[in-house]
Amino acid sequence: MSAPAPDRTAPTPDRTAPNRPARALDGTAQVPDGTAPGPLLEVSGLQVGYRTRRGLVEAVRGVDLTVAPGAMTALVGESGSGKTTVAQSVIGLLADNGRVGAGSITLRGAGGTAEELVGLPARRWRELRGTRIGLIPQDPSSSLDPVRTIGASIGDPLRIHGWRDRDRIHTRVLDLLERVGFDDPAARARQYPHELSGGMRQRALIAAALALEPDLLIADEPTSALDVTVQATVLDLIDELRESTGAGVLLITHDLAVAADRADALVVMRHGAVEESGPARQVLAAPEAGYTRALLADAPSLRQVVQRRPPAPDPQAVPLLQVRDLRQEFASRGSRVPFLAVDRISFDVAAGTTHALVGESGSGKTTVGRAISGFRRPTAGSIQVAGTEVTALSAGRPLREFRRSVQLVHQNPFGSLDPRQSIAGILEEPLRNYRLGTRSTRQAAAREHLDLVGLPQDVAERRPRELSGGQRQRVAIARALILQPQLVVLDEAVSALDVTVQAQILRLLARLQEDLGLTYLFISHDLAVVRQVADTVSVMRRGQQVEQGPVARVLEDPHHEYTQQLLAAIPGGGPVTAGTPRGGRPPVTAGSPITTGRSVPLRPEGSRA
Amino acid sequence: MSASTLRTVSPVSPSHEPSPASGDASLGATAASAATAASGGAAAPDGASATGGTAASTTPPGRRRTLRPGVVLSALVLLLALAWALLPQLFAGQSPTATVGPALQAPSAAHWFGTDSTGRDLYTRVVHGASHSILAATVAVTVGLIAGTTLGVIAGSLGGLVEDAIMRLVDVLLAIPGLLLSLSVVILLGFGTTNAAIAVGVTSIATFARLSRSRVLAVRRSEYVEAAFGSGGTLPGILWRHVLPNSAAPVVALAALQLGSAILQISTLGFLGYGAPPPTPEWGLLIAEGRDYVATAWWLTLLPGLVVAAVVLATNRLSTAIGQEDQA
Repeated sequence: MSAPAPDRTAPTPDRTAPNRPARALDGTAQVPDGTAPGPLLEVSGLQVGYRTRRGLVEAVRGVDLTVAPGAMTALVGESGSGKTTVAQSVIGLLADNGRVGAGSITLRGAGGTAEELVGLPARRWRELRGTRIGLIPQDPSSSLDPVRTIGASIGDPLRIHGWRDRDRIHTRVLDLLERVGFDDPAARARQYPHELSGGMRQRALIAAALALEPDLLIADEPTSALDVTVQATVLDLIDELRESTGAGVLLITHDLAVAADRADALVVMRHGAVEESGPARQVLAAPEAGYTRALLADAPSLRQVVQRRPPAPDPQAVPLLQVRDLRQEFASRGSRVPFLAVDRISFDVAAGTTHALVGESGSGKTTVGRAISGFRRPTAGSIQVAGTEVTALSAGRPLREFRRSVQLVHQNPFGSLDPRQSIAGILEEPLRNYRLGTRSTRQAAAREHLDLVGLPQDVAERRPRELSGGQRQRVAIARALILQPQLVVLDEAVSALDVTVQAQILRLLARLQEDLGLTYLFISHDLAVVRQVADTVSVMRRGQQVEQGPVARVLEDPHHEYTQQLLAAIPGGGPVTAGTPRGGRPPVTAGSPITTGRSVPLRPEGSRA
Repeated sequence: MSASTLRTVSPVSPSHEPSPASGDASLGATAASAATAASGGAAAPDGASATGGTAASTTPPGRRRTLRPGVVLSALVLLLALAWALLPQLFAGQSPTATVGPALQAPSAAHWFGTDSTGRDLYTRVVHGASHSILAATVAVTVGLIAGTTLGVIAGSLGGLVEDAIMRLVDVLLAIPGLLLSLSVVILLGFGTTNAAIAVGVTSIATFARLSRSRVLAVRRSEYVEAAFGSGGTLPGILWRHVLPNSAAPVVALAALQLGSAILQISTLGFLGYGAPPPTPEWGLLIAEGRDYVATAWWLTLLPGLVVAAVVLATNRLSTAIGQEDQA
C-alpha cells in the first residue's frame, strides 16, 4: 500500500479509453492529500450488458471510477441506474446472463502490482473474494444462513481460505465480533441470526467481510434496510474500520446525503452512465451535471424540497382529529401478558394541517394510523374524527360510511393496487362501492383525478405493472381522494420511492392540501421529510409518545433524548453543512449541536426552478 | 402490446383456440408484454422509469417464457384426444361395436390397434372411448372444482368457526384413500359413467378446497384487498372483484392436473367394473377386456394403456406450465 504508484499524478489515465462517455469529467475521484498515492481499484470504460429475451440490455455504459486505499468512494444513483451492476462486476458476481462487454477493472496489490479483474477465471475469483475484496450485502435479514450460528457464518471465509485450526478460527471470530461492536462476543457467536436485530446482523456481516482483512470493501446499500439511528452507527463502524485497517471502501447508495457525509469521492450514475464524478466536496458544493443538481435539490435532508404555505387553523375550532389515550395490545404467543404495541397516545390535528407520526420500525406508528382509519379497533382510548367516535363504529354500514371521510394510503405502491384491474377500474371502484353517480360521471371523476395527481389520461387504460413506482403512488393517492375525504392517513407513503420521485409526490401532496383543504396524518420514519411537510409532530418510540408539539419547536429544541438521537442520525450533516472534510463530523451523541446547526444549509429557494 | 402478444403466441401454432394450450400461451404472452411495458414504459413523468437495469439484473435468463417442445407436444396430444372425443367419426369411420374382421388380429395397416376378442376394431374403440373418458373426467373436475373452491373460498374469507368446521371436514375427506372413497360413492349412486365421474370428483374436493383456501388467505392479506375495504367495499364484492380473480391461476393449474388423474381414476373404476357397462368403449373397460389375453394378444392392453398414459402425462405437463407461468 505504501508502494509509489506514479500514474496517479496523471488525473485520468483512462482518458483515451474508447468507450468513455462524453459527459464523464476529468479528474475522476481525486484522492485526498495525505493518503497513499495509487488508486486501489480502478474501473475504466466499464460496459456491462444483460442478455434477455428482448436482446442485450445495456445496464452499464462506460463507467470510470477509482477507489484510493483508506478512502471511500460513493457510487450514487437511483434504482435502475446500474450502480449495483458495477459493484457486482468488481467482485465478479454478475448474474449468469450478465457480461462485461468492454472496459477494465484493475485491483492494485500491496506490492504495487495491478491485476486485471475482467475475464478472470472462476478459480482466481474465489481466491480474491474475501481475501482482497470483501462484500457487505444489502439486506442483513436474508444474507445470513438462518440455520447456522453467527460464529459459524463469520468463520466461513476463514475456512474457505484454508484455515484449519479450529481454535484459531474461534479466536479470530471472537476478535472480529468484538471489533464490530458486539458486547459479549463469546455468547453472540453461539446465537442464530433470528436472535439478533437488523443492525446486529449487519454488524455480523461486516465482521464476515472483514475476516481476512481485504484491501477493498464493497458496501452495497449497507443500511437501506435499517432504521435511521442504526444506520448512523453502522456507517460509523464502516468508517472506523476503514480508518483502522486502511481498506478502501466502495459505497453503493441511493442516498446522496449518506454519501455526502462519508465519502471522499462521489460518482453519480444515471441510466448506466456516469453523470458526474469528483471529490465529494467539489461535487456537492458546485455540482456540474444537471442531474446531480436535481438529486441535491430533491434530497430532503440536504435541501428544502417542498414549499408549503403554513396553514393558519382557527384556534377556537374543534380539531378534526382527536386521539385520546390510545392503547393497543396484541396477544403474544406463549405468554399471558399481551404485547403492548401502543400506549397512551394522545394528540389533536386541526383541520387543514399535517400531523406527523415519527418513529422507527416497531414504534407503533402504523398501528395508530390503522386504528384511526378504522382498520383495527384499539384496546382502549378514543379517536374522534369530525365528531365521530371511530372506536365505537360497528362493522358494516357505519364503518363503511366513516371510510368516506378517512382514507389510508399505503407505503408500498406495488402492493396496494390490484394487479388485475385497470387504473380506471381502480379509481372508479370507491365510487361504485358507494353507488355514487352514473357510469359516465364515475369515468369523468376518474379522469379528473388523474389530472389532479398529474398523470396523463392514457394511464387510465393501463394496468398497475405498466406504471413506475411514483406513478403507482399517484394512482393510490388519486384513489384515496376520489371520495373527497377530510382526513388522509399517509402510511410511509413516500418511503419506497426514489428521492426525485419522493420530492415530486411531496410537492403534489402539499399542492393538494392547499387546493382541497385536506388534513394529513403523515406517518414516517424520516425526520428530514417530516420537518418539511408537517405542522405538528408526535415522536414515538416503542409504542410511547415521547414528545409532541409544533414541528418547529420539537425539531429546533428537542426535549427528549430520543428525538435528539433521531435528529442527529439524519444523514447530511457532513461536509456540505460544515464545509469540513470527513472526520470533522461530530460524534453522534445526544444533544449534539449539529442537530440545530443543520438548518443552515436549507436554502428555501433551492436550485430547482 | 398486441404485436408482442402475437409474437409470443405464434411459435406454438395459431390454431389452438379452445385448448388449454391457448390459455397457457396467452398467459405467457401477457407476462412477456407486461415485462416489456414495465421496463420499456420510459415515458414516466416521475423519472423512475429506468428500472430496466435492475429488472434485467434480477430476472433470470428468459428461458422461462419460451415454449418448450414438451409443452407443445403435450398440447398436441391433448388436442388430438379432444378431437377424438368431439368428432370420433372423423378419425374412425366404423362403429365401435360392429364386428369388422377376425378376432384377435395383431395391429396392421387395416386395423392399426388390431382387433379384440369379438373382432371389433380396437383403434375405433379407443377413439370413440375418448368421449366417455374425457367427458367423464371433465365432469369430475368440474364437480371437484366448484364444490372444492366454494368450500375453500368460504373457509378462507370467513375464518373462525366456519373455517375450522370446513377444513376439518376436508381433513376427513383427505384421510380416506381416494379409490375407496370413489368406490363407496359409486356404490351409493349406482354404476355408470356419470356416477363414476361424480365419485371421482368428490375425491378431489378436498385438494381444491385446501388450495383455494390458502390462495384466498394470501390474497386477503394483500394491501390491495385492504385498500378495497378502505374504499368502502363489502366482503362479497371484494371476494368477487379482487380475491377470486387473483387466486384463480393456481386453482386452474390444479384443475388441469386433476383432469389427468381423473381420466386415470375413471379408467380404474371402469377396469374394476364400476363404470360404464361392457359394450361401451370406455378406456378402462378396454384394458380390462384385454386383460384375459395379455399372453396372446398384447395389443389389447398395451395400446389403450399407452393412450391413457400419454393423455395423462400431457395434462400433467401442461398443468406444470400453467403453474410456472403463474409464478412469473
